[in-house]
Amino acid sequence: MEDALLLALQLLSATIRVATPLVLAAFAGMYCERSGVVDIGLEGKMLAGAFFSAAVASTTLNPWLGLLAGIAAGVALALVHGFACITHNGNQVVSGMAINILVAGLAPTLAYAWFQQGGQTPLLPNQARIPAVELPGVDALAGVPVLGPVLGPVYRELLNGNNVLIWVTLVLVIATQWVLYRSRFGLRLRAVGENPAAVDTAGLSVAKLRYQALLVTGALTGMAGSYLSTGHGAGFVRDMTAGKGYLALAALIFGKWRPGPTLFACLLFAFTDAVQVRLQGVELPGIGVIPVQFIQMLPYVLTVLLLAGFVGKAIAPKASGIPYVKER
Amino acid sequence: MLLSGSGKGQPGAVPGWVGYALLPVLNLVAAFVLSGLVILVIGENPVDVLSLLLSEALGYPEAIGYTLYYTTDYIFTGLAVAIAFHCGLFNIGGEGQAYLGGLGAGLVALALTGWPWPVVALLAVLASALFGAAWAFIPAWLQAKRGSHIVITTIMFNFIAASIMTWLLVDVLIRPGSQSPETREFDPGVWLPSMDRALGWFGITIPASPLNLSFLWALACCLLFHIFLRRTRWGYELRTVGRNERAAVYAGISPARNIVIAMLISGALAGFVGVNEILGVQHRVILNFTGGVGFVGIAVALMGRNHPVGIILAALLFGVLAQGGGQLSFEYPTINRELVMVIQGLVILFAGAMENLFKPQVETLFRRRGTAAADTGRG
Repeated sequence: MEDALLLALQLLSATIRVATPLVLAAFAGMYCERSGVVDIGLEGKMLAGAFFSAAVASTTLNPWLGLLAGIAAGVALALVHGFACITHNGNQVVSGMAINILVAGLAPTLAYAWFQQGGQTPLLPNQARIPAVELPGVDALAGVPVLGPVLGPVYRELLNGNNVLIWVTLVLVIATQWVLYRSRFGLRLRAVGENPAAVDTAGLSVAKLRYQALLVTGALTGMAGSYLSTGHGAGFVRDMTAGKGYLALAALIFGKWRPGPTLFACLLFAFTDAVQVRLQGVELPGIGVIPVQFIQMLPYVLTVLLLAGFVGKAIAPKASGIPYVKER
Repeated sequence: MLLSGSGKGQPGAVPGWVGYALLPVLNLVAAFVLSGLVILVIGENPVDVLSLLLSEALGYPEAIGYTLYYTTDYIFTGLAVAIAFHCGLFNIGGEGQAYLGGLGAGLVALALTGWPWPVVALLAVLASALFGAAWAFIPAWLQAKRGSHIVITTIMFNFIAASIMTWLLVDVLIRPGSQSPETREFDPGVWLPSMDRALGWFGITIPASPLNLSFLWALACCLLFHIFLRRTRWGYELRTVGRNERAAVYAGISPARNIVIAMLISGALAGFVGVNEILGVQHRVILNFTGGVGFVGIAVALMGRNHPVGIILAALLFGVLAQGGGQLSFEYPTINRELVMVIQGLVILFAGAMENLFKPQVETLFRRRGTAAADTGRG
């Protein structure tokens, strides 16, 4: 019983850790897609965030400077995307793709030239990593009679020892729900993604709103990258985002561009991943050992199945992907 | 999906070559200037590096052979992306389709030991087309019938293809007793002859390089592509769906059917990469032989304006980058292969996404001249 509880808690805890970058990236995508800019460059921005935050953290030994650098990198690339797609009405998918390819080359190239470690940054010492939050009273709670044996492990495994950025992500999720549906900025954001001409007629700048959305996107993706390389991991390795940006995009579509369902989709993907790690090499009754590659592709297969079946027609923000050209 | 810049002819006195020649060249120059900055940042001289890149790609016959070998791949994937574009679809799954195409070609070559190479080559072309098309079919069908976003599904299928191929090569097709995940080498009799061998039959000697007969097949595909799109009813229907789906419906053309057809052709074209790589060069099925050709195909199609001639030229450009960039790491210890991806990314960014960057200024420049001439004529 206690073992089962512990296993479940560890699975959930792993789910939260894996979900954090996905959630950050998916919510990043939510801001820009809600404003009408498609961004498949989440992956590249995350990778840039991961590289620059690890590079700065390892040279300054200050994780917070690293985090800032990661965010700055994400924002800079988001501005490039905006320059191409908003200012010059370029194709948004192509721009995103270009950013992904550019960063996939740039990060290892710079790492190779700056650190001479075969396209990686040096392993970060503990003081250069974004710390975890140690909550008080872990032992005390476990000692409480009756409640202790159940709540103790829950508190210890789920809540204690989470990275700062996990808590930040939680706050951001709640904030996004509020911003999108309760704030003036959110209303305008949703309007510009549905009907930019109307927003323009109301005297608001479409371009400015979309740039603002992209700034948020850049910051959140940069943070997601920082979490990967300086929070969860200890240094940048080549291709460390490994498709998470695309998964986040899928989660966003599956969640129909809404905060709650998108969060759920990210947690679902992360849970599949956590289970996937557990399943490797385990003999299942009646099936035997499943080859590790099949388990690894679970999240991707799940994505396709979800997009094919359960969501039905995902209805994107109406103006998403279409450059807004005034005086047509 | 709208392709900005295509078909929106501006009225006025802007000559056509400004659109399809001058602007792309300006964008290319911008991309190379930025690449130069990156090279400067990593502490090398950009002019030296870029001129070495050019001479290693085009400077001597053997290098040209290598460049054309890369070009072959890029023509296939460029055509693959372009045919989907013509139907209004974004096929980002060229990578996975090429990977599976290689499997098809490889299985044929493994099974037909001892057969004459022309028969094997023909069957391998069919098999790679079949495998590539099959891999494109599911995303196509999902897009046509369920409205699943094809950009996402094809990306997912790239990941799934990578997993399946790793499993096949590690657990199933691996040469018994071998450690590295690859099949046994094909019998030399079934290899697709390299260009130097083929030309040798006619008494022409060129230096040995991976360039093989699939280059001719790539050029043939360009011709077939053009005939299919512009001279057949199927091509007309496909383009109609791409231009205006609703108009197509009213004209009695089924968008779903054309979406599937376009993606099947697209997958088959991407699959031909397998013929070049597996049957022509590697002579065994190996891990990750595609190395990003599917993504480069997007850039090639965009730069080539989805036209076969443009695609050949753009594929040549990316072939130069791949070959020349690959050689740089031998001369410069601080530079590795990934620099090529930086340049590719910048070229895609400037030539694809920012294709309108210089358009207003350049058009004003040329238009002003035009109106000035008209004014003097009137005066």
